[in-house]
Amino acid sequence: MFENISNHLFNSEELKTVEKHISKYPTKMSAIMPVLWMVQEKEGWISTDNMKYVGQLLELPYEHVLGVATFYTMYFKKPVGKYHLQICTNVSCMLCGGTELFKYVSDKLGIKNKEVTSDGIFSIEEVECLGSCGTAPMLQVNNKEYYENLTLPQVDELISKFRSEASKN
Amino acid sequence: MVKLILKDIPDFHKIDVYEKNGGYQTLKKALGMSQQEIIDEVKKSNLKGRGGACFPTGMKWSFLAKNDKPKYLICNGDESEPGSFKDREIFEKNPHQFLEGVLISAYALGVKDAYVYIRGEYWRWINMMEVALADAYKKGYVGKNIFGTDFSVNIHIHSGAGAYICGEESSMMNSLEGKRAYPRVKPPFPAVIGVWGCPTIINNIETLTNIPEIVKNGGEWFSKIGAAAHPGTLLFGVSGHVNKPGVYELETGTPLMTIINDVCGGVKNGKQIKMVIPGGSSMPPLTREECLTMKMDNESLKAIGSAIGTAGVMIMDEDTDLLKVLKRITKFYYHESCGQCTPCREGCGWMLRVLDRIDRGEGRQEDLDLLISVAENIEGNTICALGDAAAWPVKWTIRKFRDEFAAKIPKHAVTIPILNKVHGVRKETDGFNILKQNNENEVVVSLMGKVQEDLNDESVRYSG
Repeated sequence: MFENISNHLFNSEELKTVEKHISKYPTKMSAIMPVLWMVQEKEGWISTDNMKYVGQLLELPYEHVLGVATFYTMYFKKPVGKYHLQICTNVSCMLCGGTELFKYVSDKLGIKNKEVTSDGIFSIEEVECLGSCGTAPMLQVNNKEYYENLTLPQVDELISKFRSEASKN
Repeated sequence: MVKLILKDIPDFHKIDVYEKNGGYQTLKKALGMSQQEIIDEVKKSNLKGRGGACFPTGMKWSFLAKNDKPKYLICNGDESEPGSFKDREIFEKNPHQFLEGVLISAYALGVKDAYVYIRGEYWRWINMMEVALADAYKKGYVGKNIFGTDFSVNIHIHSGAGAYICGEESSMMNSLEGKRAYPRVKPPFPAVIGVWGCPTIINNIETLTNIPEIVKNGGEWFSKIGAAAHPGTLLFGVSGHVNKPGVYELETGTPLMTIINDVCGGVKNGKQIKMVIPGGSSMPPLTREECLTMKMDNESLKAIGSAIGTAGVMIMDEDTDLLKVLKRITKFYYHESCGQCTPCREGCGWMLRVLDRIDRGEGRQEDLDLLISVAENIEGNTICALGDAAAWPVKWTIRKFRDEFAAKIPKHAVTIPILNKVHGVRKETDGFNILKQNNENEVVVSLMGKVQEDLNDESVRYSG
C-alpha cells in the first residue's frame, strides 16, 4: 500500500498495523488518530517531519495532520521527559489535595507546568479530570498507568523508582 | 437492591464466568426477535440515556433514518466530565454485558460496524476492552454469522486523545472521521446524517450496558425499577469529602443523604455539607438544605433547576472555598472550549479572569452580576452544550451562594484602570467616586460612595 512513500519511520510490520487501522474505517482519514498514537508510541512525541509522514501515509495534507495533532492535548508536539507526570487538579482531586500534590512534585523536581528537568528524565503537566475522582489525588505517567490515592511519601517513592529505572537504561 | 450492571460476581469480567452466568444468551434471544420488537421493548422500558442529557433511548433509536446507506453505532466512552468515573467501572468489571448490549443494539438498528470511542487517558481500560473484545470475537459472538444467523457485525475500539469536547456526539463523529473535533450544527441530527454522512446512533456506555437486562427481563420490568419517570439504576460516582468515595450502583430516586451517609460512610471528619454537585461539574449545585430532601433522579433534580447529568456526585464540606472550586471548574471549560463559537471561547475566559480577580482580592461589587450576565450570554448561544456546561455552574453557584462570593469582594474601594483595554477610555462620569489618581493608567475609586481614608494600595490593585 505504501510503496511510493520513502521509508521514514515505520518498518514493514508497523506499516501492516497502519493498514489494519485503515481497514477499520470507511475512509483513510479516520485512521489519523491511531496512526498518530503509533508515532508517539515509537518516538515519544510527534515532530513536524512525522506529521508530514503521517500525511503521506493517509494521503492527507500536512496542514490537516497538524490541525488534528494540535486539537488533542495528549499528542505531544514537543519532547517531554522520559517520565511525563500528569497530575490532575480538577475539582474532585483539588478537594482531596491534588493542587498540593502538583505543587509538591513541581517544587521537588524544580520545574513548572509543562517543563522538562535538565537531565530529561522528568516533565510535569497539570491535567484536567482523568476520571479518577473516587481515588483522588492521582497522577498518570506517560499517558498510561494511573497511580491513585497518592500520599506525598508514595510520590517520593515513585519518583525515586523512576529515577533509578532511568539510570539503569 | 437491584443490581443490573455491577453484579457482585467474582471475575465477572472474564468471558467464561460471564457465560456461566447466562452471558450472551440474551443476544441469542434477541436474534430470535424482530428488530422492531427489540426497539419496542427498549421504548417500553423508558430507559433514559446515561450520558447526561437523559434523552429516551428508544425514541432516539426510532429516529434512525431508514435509507440504503450503512448505519453506524457509536458507543460514547469519552467520559471526561469532572466528577464522572462510572464507565471505567463497566470496562473493568462488566465489559461483556456492555459488548452484548452493543451487539443487541447493532442487530436492532441494522448496524454492521460499531465503534467504541474511549477517552485516550483510559489506556488501562482500553487494554481491558481490547482483551474482552478479542475474547468475544474468538467465541464467535462478534464477527460473521453470529449464532449461525445472517447477522454479522464488527466492533472497533477507537482511542481518543484528550479532548473533553469529543464527548459531545457530533464532535465525536468528527473525531472519528479524522478531523478536528468541532461540534456540528444540528439539525441534521446524527440519526439522519451522522458519521461519514450516514445515519448514526450514539449511546453512552452505561445506556448500552442496560440493554441486555431490558431484553432479557422485558421493558415493563425495567420501567418499574427506581423512580417512575427515570427508571433503572444509576452508577453513582461519588467523590470529594466523603469517607468512602467510589462508584455505587443504586436505583434512581435514592435519597442523596442515603448515598452520602449510608453508602459512602458520611462526610469526612464529621463535618457539615456546604455544597453538592449532583451530576458532574456542569450541573447546577445543591445547597445543604436542598440535599436533605433530594432524591437522585432527573425529575427530582429538574424540579429545583438542576439535573442528574452523569451522576457524578461531588461532595464539598463546610470548609470548602467555593470561589476556588468555581474558578477551577471555569478554568476547565476555558481549557476545553473548542473555540468554534465566540460566546463560549471568549466568555469562558472572561468568567475565569473575573473569578481570578475576585480571588486575588481585587473584585468589584458589580462583578457577581457581571459573571451571571456573561454566563447568561453564553447559555443557549453556542453550537453545542459545552457553553451551557460552562455557564450553569457560574450562574447557579453565585446565585445560590452569593453571600460567600460577596464577602470576598472589598467593600469600599478598588483600583481600576482608566484605560479599559476592551472598551476604550473609561470616563469619570461612569458613576465612580474617584478617591485618588495613582498614575495616568490607574485610579482608585469608591464603589459604595464612601471614602476610605487609609486605603492600602497593596491589598486592592487591579493589574489591568
